[in-house]
Amino acid sequence: MTKQSLVSVRDLHIGAITDSGREVEIIKGVNFEIAPGEIVALIGESGSGKTTIALSLMGHARPGCSIHAGTIRLGEHDVTAMSERRRADIRGTEVSYVPQSAAAAFNPSKRIMDQVIEVTAIHNLPNRSGAEARAVELFRALALPSPETIGQRYPHQVSGGQLQRLSAAMALIGDPKLVIFDEPTTALDVTTQIEVLRAFRSVMEKSDMAGVYVTHDLAVVAQIADRIIVLKGGEIQEEGTTEQIVNAPRHPYTKELLAAFDPVPHEAIATADGPDRAPLLEVDRLSAGYGSMRGGEPTAKILDDISFTLERGRNLGVVGESGSGKSTLARAIAGILPPYRGEVLVNGVALPASLGQRSKEQLRQAQIVFQLADTALNPAQPIETILGRPLTFYHGIKGRAREKRVIELLDMVQLPAALRHRLPMELSGGQKQRVNLARALGAEPQLILCDEITSALDTVVAAAILELLKELQRELSLSYMFISHDLSTVEAICDDVLVMYKGEIVERLPAATMSTEAQHPYSKLLVSSVPKLDTGWLAGLEQDPELIARFANR
Amino acid sequence: MSASLATWILVAQRLAIALLTLVIVSFAVFFATEMLPGDVAQILLGQAATPEAVAGLREAMGLDEPALLRFLGWMRGLVSGDFGTSYVNDMPVAELIGDRLINSLRLAGVTTAVSVPVSLVLGIGAAMWRGSFFDRTVSILTISVISVPEFMVATLAVLIFAVWLGWLPALSYGADTGSLAAMLKAYAMPVISLSFVISAQMIRMTRAAVIETINTPYVEMALLKGAGRVRMVLVHALPNALGPIANAVALSLSYLVGGVIIVETIFNYPGVAKLMVDAVATRDLPLIQSCAMIFCVSYLTLITLADLMAILSNPRLRR
Repeated sequence: MTKQSLVSVRDLHIGAITDSGREVEIIKGVNFEIAPGEIVALIGESGSGKTTIALSLMGHARPGCSIHAGTIRLGEHDVTAMSERRRADIRGTEVSYVPQSAAAAFNPSKRIMDQVIEVTAIHNLPNRSGAEARAVELFRALALPSPETIGQRYPHQVSGGQLQRLSAAMALIGDPKLVIFDEPTTALDVTTQIEVLRAFRSVMEKSDMAGVYVTHDLAVVAQIADRIIVLKGGEIQEEGTTEQIVNAPRHPYTKELLAAFDPVPHEAIATADGPDRAPLLEVDRLSAGYGSMRGGEPTAKILDDISFTLERGRNLGVVGESGSGKSTLARAIAGILPPYRGEVLVNGVALPASLGQRSKEQLRQAQIVFQLADTALNPAQPIETILGRPLTFYHGIKGRAREKRVIELLDMVQLPAALRHRLPMELSGGQKQRVNLARALGAEPQLILCDEITSALDTVVAAAILELLKELQRELSLSYMFISHDLSTVEAICDDVLVMYKGEIVERLPAATMSTEAQHPYSKLLVSSVPKLDTGWLAGLEQDPELIARFANR
Repeated sequence: MSASLATWILVAQRLAIALLTLVIVSFAVFFATEMLPGDVAQILLGQAATPEAVAGLREAMGLDEPALLRFLGWMRGLVSGDFGTSYVNDMPVAELIGDRLINSLRLAGVTTAVSVPVSLVLGIGAAMWRGSFFDRTVSILTISVISVPEFMVATLAVLIFAVWLGWLPALSYGADTGSLAAMLKAYAMPVISLSFVISAQMIRMTRAAVIETINTPYVEMALLKGAGRVRMVLVHALPNALGPIANAVALSLSYLVGGVIIVETIFNYPGVAKLMVDAVATRDLPLIQSCAMIFCVSYLTLITLADLMAILSNPRLRR
């Protein structure tokens, strides 16, 4: 080797104790090197061990995990052989960490500046005012607004995208040789993600720091990494330069990841097509909000004057950034949050505003599927009970017939019948989401409101769920209202798309032509912000600064 | 400063709630004591009294008036500092309670001064070195202390220190309290017994609250910035655990005013709790009501203080 590498990981094995007390190996002999100044991406689905490996570079293993064998060398330090005391000495100064959720990683009760420059206090670096000046410099380099004063605020007083950049400043303040980015943009809106990625890139380019970028998003990694390591099940599948992995993947798993990224354009199902297609769902001048009612209006108005129709057998996508009112719309239609104005009509019949006043039949027609199957499924009930409940409630099916129908439902979502005796926690994320969907199908609805149902899933699993949704639609002539912040997911399943911004519909357009024919400036900004699998995309991206100032909540 | 105004509004709301609770409680106290079985006039005059004499006494004591009127009169008295007159010995209730309350508060004060710092240090320490020998020792001891009833602790203490070793006086009240050493001696046993009872709860709650905040991402972040264990716990975890800890401490301390009857009895300590039990035995309604109100007020004060602390330690509200 001609050049001395900064990091070298040799035959790394990390074990974990499961909830049942069994010991399993989650990292099975991983080898890689990082050169000084190089940015290496660790990519893989959840459970692939990417975060575990990244944290082990700091000598840290989450509770229940421990490094079993192998060596990790960082500069002149042997991280695996060091005492915990010595490891603490290099954290923050030699190697630092940018967390996935900056909102959770900032202490809510301390000012931002104190947390950003805490590294200097911990390591007894001299000169507090010097550290503050350096922090302000970093804030400026990371394009944060009012860099001189933002440090005086508390974490809850700045936006998510700003916090993520502040956490990067916190990682860079100690001038480390290696920075670990742990999915730092996953929790952000696409329009915000761009600015954060840009800020990271420009800071990393100017310094000679090396980086490890952990993510599941190939398109993001293509913008920022020099080299990509593809992980699955705690083993390296493929390693290569970013260009090579993106354009000429060799390993089948990498190909699968790339394939999941390209959406298959959706084709409308051809049932009873015709001009006189009756609307299934009509929403007329709907307004809803939270808080106490004053003069017939709630204190926090979320949705304002929403009107649209959804025809039978067609799918409607709802896109927009977080806080735009997408989920509130689903909740208002379902009656969980009664709208204070406007009407919801299903098959031309107006529904009572609140859930409690709707008849069983009206409830049955529209079912909602929530984003997190983990919290939507009762952890104490076996799958059979969870799926059996709507059968008894809506259709009065009991006993043997109910069991038969539960097996049918499981079969519909392509799960084995034996699964019905298990508890939700014994299922994988994708399986849980299928059960969540099966529960809605149990009611035999005409309309399913899908609230970000693929957002928490890995790309490959999410693609399979979308396939399942399409298949179910063909068999059961369902309609979906599909809420997502991910435009490519919406493109893959919807016929029409509503673009929402701050509780209003700014545009309605066909999904197929969304990326080319968006008219409203916000839709344009949204479309142009979706990362592309092209290493030059971010560098070549030009967005109208006026547009950004108007719409992007950065 | 509209933000800090919002905080004060919240504080004012909390105080208003405390006041409202107090009114409701006083209502409950008054009518609950009204429902105590037995007629005061009958008990005072004995079984041989003629019905006419009983009726006469009832009238003289104002017991024949409607309960609601008497409640309002009692409330008016409370607000102006008049606690009424004891049925049994015709002395003002305020006078009867006065010395006793000071005794109780003194015992509570000494116990608080001893047990709160010890509990916080033990609880935070156990959380800081979770799973260590120290943590396990503290856990086992607190569980043992919780499961042993206080009369057991107190009786054992008397047996060992007063009877067997002869180091400490068995009775605290009336013992020689001239010098500091003598005072410490006199208070040692009741304070130890009470501390045992209330500390266990505080230690366990403090440990749980701190451990919960240790498991948050921002404490892991501090670890990844190179912070040591002490810094992680004291700087990052503890400030965010103050609310629950303050509540645990308040709940435990509230026990010191009203719940100490057993300890007061064993050490023959003339506090308010003992006074109230005696009052129940003699159906001395004004005295019972006043004692109950004292317990309620001290309890409410402690809980309100804890809530205010939780509000003020939250930066989302403080700013």
